[in-house]
Amino acid sequence: MSAGYIWTIIIVLGVGTYLIRFSFLGLIGGKDLPEWVLRHLRYTAVAVLPGLVAPLVLWPAANGGDVEPARLCAALVTFAVGLLTRNVVAAITLGGATLFGMIWLLGAY
Amino acid sequence: MSDATQKSYYWLGFRTGVPFLLVVVPFGLLFGVIATEAGFTSIQTMAFSSVVFAGAAQFTALQLMAEDGPFLIIIATALAVNLRMAMYSASLAVWLGKAPLWKRALIAYVNVDQSYAVSINRFEDEPDLTLSQRISFFFGAVTPVCPMWIVATGLGIWVGDTIPDWMALDFAVPICFLAIIAPMMRSLAHMIAAVVSIVLALVLAGLPYNLGLLVAAAVAMIVGAQIEVLMSRRAANDQ
Repeated sequence: MSAGYIWTIIIVLGVGTYLIRFSFLGLIGGKDLPEWVLRHLRYTAVAVLPGLVAPLVLWPAANGGDVEPARLCAALVTFAVGLLTRNVVAAITLGGATLFGMIWLLGAY
Repeated sequence: MSDATQKSYYWLGFRTGVPFLLVVVPFGLLFGVIATEAGFTSIQTMAFSSVVFAGAAQFTALQLMAEDGPFLIIIATALAVNLRMAMYSASLAVWLGKAPLWKRALIAYVNVDQSYAVSINRFEDEPDLTLSQRISFFFGAVTPVCPMWIVATGLGIWVGDTIPDWMALDFAVPICFLAIIAPMMRSLAHMIAAVVSIVLALVLAGLPYNLGLLVAAAVAMIVGAQIEVLMSRRAANDQ
């Protein structure tokens, strides 16, 4: 990879990503949106993030894309703790503890 | 509005954002390590993290570059990974759209999954916040996270591949997203939307350019909205 090629990718990707992020904030800033649009937008986060994370949990690249018990358990614990306590810090901490505990128990590495 | 409440919302946002350091640091570190291994110079790696500023897309681009993918495919795939940000942008515009243009321009640059998710949660929980309180909260939430993304990338370049595999740095991101998603399950409509998103994302995982996720997200949004309509109709009928 030449330096020029790498820089071109960085700049094109940077500009493109920024335009995506700015899109609606820039265009519809200040205008009121119709109720049906707002109703859909209320589900943006729960529609995007679970789909983003599901393949990472089930088919982690670090395990060649196969199900891996330590990661799967950590994911379940994180979600369960988050659901029960609604506390992000508790969920991350206990999820992380499960991950390292399981890796140690399984002697995976 | 008084300066004091402005500040308190900034710090409230800041405290909400701090836990994500547990995630941003390992993820940034990992990017620094992998980009260096792929042959990027330190300056290129740092520029990548500061200019593009989007972890998942950076990893995607890096992987395709290492595989000698064609230029247009690399750009299209990495931008497709970021297309979800257009949905975030629309969703945030509802709450922050009346901010001055320069502030919206800055919000757009630092908007990442974590800051979007905690901010939108707060705005929906407290719909009576003023515009400046919302802006303060948002910038508070991104303050601990965003600079550390770039610092962590630098650390990754510095430590190189001395990080052992058992650290499982790759899994910081799924744990973070799961911890953010769980408290969002505030109604049946939210839960069903999440399940639809998961099932479709897995079923459509084979589609190129991350299109599966976009289709899954769009369908899940429609399903969530439809269930909300059904539930409110049913509630109205019961009365």
